[in-house]
Amino acid sequence: MIFIVQSILATPAVPVNQLFDQVAPSWAQFILWMPLISLALCGLCAALKVKSKAPAVITIISLATSFVLTLMLFIGYEGAQIIPIFDWIQIHWSGGSFIANFALYVDSLTLLWMLFVTGLGTLIAVYASEYMEHDVGKGYTRFFAGVSVFLFAMSCLVMGDNLLMLYLGWEGVGFASYWLIGYFYQRPAAVAAAKKAFIVNRIGDLGLALAIYLIWATFGTIQYDGITSALAAHHGDAATFTTFGGWTVHAIPYLLMLAAFGKSAQLPLYVWLPDAMEGPTPVSALIHAATMVTAGVYLIARTYPLFQLDHYALSTVAWVGGLTALFAATIGMAQYDIKRIMAYSTVSQLGYMFLGLGVLSSYGAAYHVFTHAFFKAVLFLTCGAIMHGFAGQLDLRKLSGLRKMRGWKIVSYTMLIGCLCLAGFPLTSGYFSKDAILAEAFVTQDPGFKVLGWLAIFTAGLTAYYTFRVWFRVCCGPVHYEPGDELHGDDPSSFHPHPPRVAINFVLIAIASGAIIAALPYFMDNETKGINGGWVGEMVHDSPARAGVPGATAAHDAHGEHAAHGSILGMDPHKAMYYISAVVGIIGLALAFFFHLMKRKAADTLRSKLLASSATRWLPTAMENKWYVDEFYIAVIRTPLWIFGKLFALIDRGIIDGLLVNGIAGIPRAIAKWFSPLHNGAVQSYALSMIGGAALIILLMMFMPEIMSFLQSTMIGATP
Amino acid sequence: MMLASFGAATLASYLIVSGILLAIGIVGFLVRRNLIVMFLCTELMFQGAAIAFVAVGRYYLDYSGQVMVIFILTVAAAEAALALALVVFMHKQRDTLDPDVYGELAE
Repeated sequence: MIFIVQSILATPAVPVNQLFDQVAPSWAQFILWMPLISLALCGLCAALKVKSKAPAVITIISLATSFVLTLMLFIGYEGAQIIPIFDWIQIHWSGGSFIANFALYVDSLTLLWMLFVTGLGTLIAVYASEYMEHDVGKGYTRFFAGVSVFLFAMSCLVMGDNLLMLYLGWEGVGFASYWLIGYFYQRPAAVAAAKKAFIVNRIGDLGLALAIYLIWATFGTIQYDGITSALAAHHGDAATFTTFGGWTVHAIPYLLMLAAFGKSAQLPLYVWLPDAMEGPTPVSALIHAATMVTAGVYLIARTYPLFQLDHYALSTVAWVGGLTALFAATIGMAQYDIKRIMAYSTVSQLGYMFLGLGVLSSYGAAYHVFTHAFFKAVLFLTCGAIMHGFAGQLDLRKLSGLRKMRGWKIVSYTMLIGCLCLAGFPLTSGYFSKDAILAEAFVTQDPGFKVLGWLAIFTAGLTAYYTFRVWFRVCCGPVHYEPGDELHGDDPSSFHPHPPRVAINFVLIAIASGAIIAALPYFMDNETKGINGGWVGEMVHDSPARAGVPGATAAHDAHGEHAAHGSILGMDPHKAMYYISAVVGIIGLALAFFFHLMKRKAADTLRSKLLASSATRWLPTAMENKWYVDEFYIAVIRTPLWIFGKLFALIDRGIIDGLLVNGIAGIPRAIAKWFSPLHNGAVQSYALSMIGGAALIILLMMFMPEIMSFLQSTMIGATP
Repeated sequence: MMLASFGAATLASYLIVSGILLAIGIVGFLVRRNLIVMFLCTELMFQGAAIAFVAVGRYYLDYSGQVMVIFILTVAAAEAALALALVVFMHKQRDTLDPDVYGELAE
């Protein structure tokens, strides 16, 4: 990060976020409480064994209320403020305190997140009310209770005023995710996936817990407001934080990163997300594409100033994000399960977001989170509709020409909109948000970032290819379908796909429109001079997620202001990226068109040709087997842990239980063995021994003087 | 201390009778295979002890020996009532009074 060091001299100070002084709108707390109320009512439904769609109605109404309240909060928003709810933890002692109030910290970043979390949450609940209808009276209530828990936890995570509330929400969304991935708990694969998601996330959660501790130890507070003030007091100079010799400010970003990479499925810890597709599709759309997995991005955006205290922290974020994007895209290219392709594309797009954060384009990252939430939700929901209609069929080789089938037009064309956005087709929302990140990789002058930028452009091409591979295969071409394995006893030969009805179609159209409209913020005017990105840029700029440490001289505050602006191919990156990414996207699209619509045989021919040559055989094999990462983890982590587990079990059973506990208990038992014949249960033998004992005592007493004198004489005889 | 005389018999002869009774009781208790007889033997041992108490009490002209005997008789009566009830109950349970049958407390 040489660039940051140079630019400090030239640029003005980053403004400290001032809390806006006004009467706090206390009704805002109901954004948080509504899902909880819905959970309680769902619980009541379960207790009363309700056999109707009542849980769905309750959940939809309460989530819609949350959304409307968020919207009202957004309309009345004038500046960052804290909305207290109640005092949660308050410990004071001489020289310090630990305060974690149950309060909401509402700034523009919070609102940006909450708008799409509650909005999409409501729409996806509507979708699920139809999608899950085969489970009415069985798991229906459980499902909507899980969605309510998730929305409560996510609101807690995003709106909390301190890191402990964020942690509460963080664990809460993890739990809700576990709950809903394992929804079909009769299926072993779903149970395994739920456990995997929970356990892998645990690694990240450890990082978050340690980071919160270190933040408290360093800054004396875990409230965002207090952290900002503490940073401003130090002018963002890492060297002046002398707690524990100053290493904590360098450790905190990496621990936070561990947490973010776990929750947002980045490179070392991404393996849980593709498996999480075992959950019902609305869950995949809501939790594992649109909202929960962006919690990591939110965490880094929220604590962005802390990342700028360490020189390599943001570079690390950028590299992990960029490499994850490429890695996941290569896997996504070679999968056949359309839901899994979407899962890998989610991992890949999350990689883009982290790349954006890393290359100091927190605006680009937030914008991509925003657009991605819409287009990825619509893609998952269309996959869900297809899966629902074709008895669980997800193999893109066994589905074709949906576009021409009755009742599947809305699904096909909303999917097309999602695909266009994901592929970054010119003038779609995904195009603008991805460009913001890609361009910034070249603007921020770091030699490594240039490499990352080109990698990300290449990945954009791959994205366009695999996205349209799905669409051309499934929605175009001749009509052909095979039902999946969830026929529920129907005869496969007489199978008729049942197209989605009004609720699913309505939600698909609503979210697809959202995905299109999400391009609009890019064109909105900025009130603040010198930043780009329209409305989203403004929202990010008003929050701590803007680049730079509060009170310090800005590293890269506004595009217009930094002296050295990077370039790409001799052009301004922002301009150039319009053309480059459009061309790359269209090349990917064209390749997909050729291999998967025009000459579908060519794809198979290419694959078999690659497999035939020993020099290239590794490529398709490795990609189809997900680069053997799961196998690698099993070999490197699970097997050693399993061996250790067996070893410790042996030690526990053999040494601790066997030798120590039972061994010591065995000593008195062995001694008792010699005497146990005395206890033969015959009353007369007891009497005999008693009488014998009495006789012995009497004899001793009678002959005591003789015995004593005998003993004395032998003693004297022994000692001369 | 005043010492009483027993006429022709001496204290030793009383104690001998008492010892014989005790010995008969012990041997009977150890060798007989019937719970009722075994209880009778314990009564014999009691009486042996009682005679010794009375004789020694008389020998020293002290009434505590007789007091103790009355005690012993009371306790023996209570014990006999209880023991006989137990014996009847045990007989109902197993149809036998052989003490070897009741060996559950063996190790």
